[in-house]
Amino acid sequence: MSNNKKIYLDNNSTTPCDPRVVDTMIPYFYEMPGNAASRSHPFGWQAEEAVDYAREQIANLIEVDSKEVIFTSGATEADNLAIKGVFEMYAKKGNHIITLTTEHKAVLDSCKKVERMGGEVTYVEVERDGLVDLKKLEAAITDKTILISVMWANNETGVIQPMKEIGDLCAKHGVLFMSDATQAVGKIPVNPKEVGVHLMAFTSHKMYGPKGVGALFVNRKNPRVKVTSQIDGGGHERGMRSGTLNVPGIVGFGKAAEIAKKEMKQDGERLSKLRDKLEAAMKAKLEEVYVNGNVDSRMPHVTNISFKHVEGEGLMMTFNQNIAVSSGSACTSASLEPSYVLIALGLGDDLAHSSIRFSLGRFTTDEEIDDTIELISNGVNHMRDLSPIWEMYKEGVDIDAIEWSEH
Amino acid sequence: MAYSEKVIEHFKHPKNVGTLDKSKKNVGTGLVGAPECGDVMRLQIEVDETSGTIKDAKFKTFGCGSAIASSSLATEWLKGKSVDEALKIDNMDIVEELALPPVKIHCSVLAEDAIKGAIADYKAKNV
Repeated sequence: MSNNKKIYLDNNSTTPCDPRVVDTMIPYFYEMPGNAASRSHPFGWQAEEAVDYAREQIANLIEVDSKEVIFTSGATEADNLAIKGVFEMYAKKGNHIITLTTEHKAVLDSCKKVERMGGEVTYVEVERDGLVDLKKLEAAITDKTILISVMWANNETGVIQPMKEIGDLCAKHGVLFMSDATQAVGKIPVNPKEVGVHLMAFTSHKMYGPKGVGALFVNRKNPRVKVTSQIDGGGHERGMRSGTLNVPGIVGFGKAAEIAKKEMKQDGERLSKLRDKLEAAMKAKLEEVYVNGNVDSRMPHVTNISFKHVEGEGLMMTFNQNIAVSSGSACTSASLEPSYVLIALGLGDDLAHSSIRFSLGRFTTDEEIDDTIELISNGVNHMRDLSPIWEMYKEGVDIDAIEWSEH
Repeated sequence: MAYSEKVIEHFKHPKNVGTLDKSKKNVGTGLVGAPECGDVMRLQIEVDETSGTIKDAKFKTFGCGSAIASSSLATEWLKGKSVDEALKIDNMDIVEELALPPVKIHCSVLAEDAIKGAIADYKAKNV
């Protein structure tokens, strides 16, 4: 393959915009520049109409009422609004929140803030396959519990939680159910009402829409859920989120939702075949390859693979001129800690350091996967030739029995 | 994070990758780091017994690009030096030569530790 080829397999970080989305947005930068809150002239009316239409498109994707969609700047803000907003709104009912150790930082850091605000949070550990054990989740519920927050699909592994079962559990105990569905919406069928989710955060830029716009679904009936606003000033979005609406972004988000509704099935089927091909080829060409997370309950476009005795960042350096992926290796983060999600799955630090996440997308081609297979297997072989641990492993040395000098 | 050209060059074309016979009396081996920390370096020196200089040096490293570059550079510097000169190699020399950013300084520390470990092993065999 040519040296200047660029293959993007980091769609869980962000997706490229679909050109059809961008085309829909452009008039809202030029001919229709109005503020959706301007009630006194046609510019404002056009903007309001466009926002209403997009809200319908998004509500339609997740099969909720459009009044239940609150626009935010993204999923992080929606997670913050849901968790802190419920904590403040339901203070009289209780102060306890339950979540998982494998949640996104937007949820975990919001929970940390809740703890500093006097709340109590239980972080339930997941099983080795990344799924939550419902018994452990139920055991964490107390009479002070107001909210359970469980992500629909994990960003690092793609593992999908048993949403319906968790929803039933929440209903049984009269606890609100919130989900960060950032990685799932637009990629697989997501229907919060069907599974009993009352609040759900998601974002445009993971589903081929623009960055800077997201939404929180807030259930309006049975039960009527309310959250205390976290951003005040003007009372937009039914008082839950003030601030001038990002009209072009919302229009693009709406279009992205409409396209996703139509195309997610065919995209998912095509990408899962490509993903499976990639996984199978890695296992066939290389020894000591481990797929992380439950492979029967996961997103169609994601695989998280550990290449034992190879350090992830070093491995990425062998191909990152051509392929964009993510690694759970510490060296890719400022903290020098390996992925907490993989550690929570019970992986040893060494396997967490050896992990690569491949996330395919709508624009991934067969040819790109063929090139990826070749480049990754060459890279792993190069790194193993350099690896003293690989040499010891091949000589039959028990790596775990060595007393390493921690540093 | 962008790597310096020197790191990339050492990473793509590492010098002195390999294994020396650790059972030989004039070979010293340093093995430092831990798989859990994401870095393991093995650095070996072979000393010319008449002249007392390091005539060969080899490494294998499990780690990021900076760790591999640090150990590759260390083996280059070791060759031709006396054992006592080799002990003077300071991790900050490696940082400077490879233009390592602050988060990668531990890679150079590991390389210095590996050098010291190899020399200590050699000395222990040749008391």
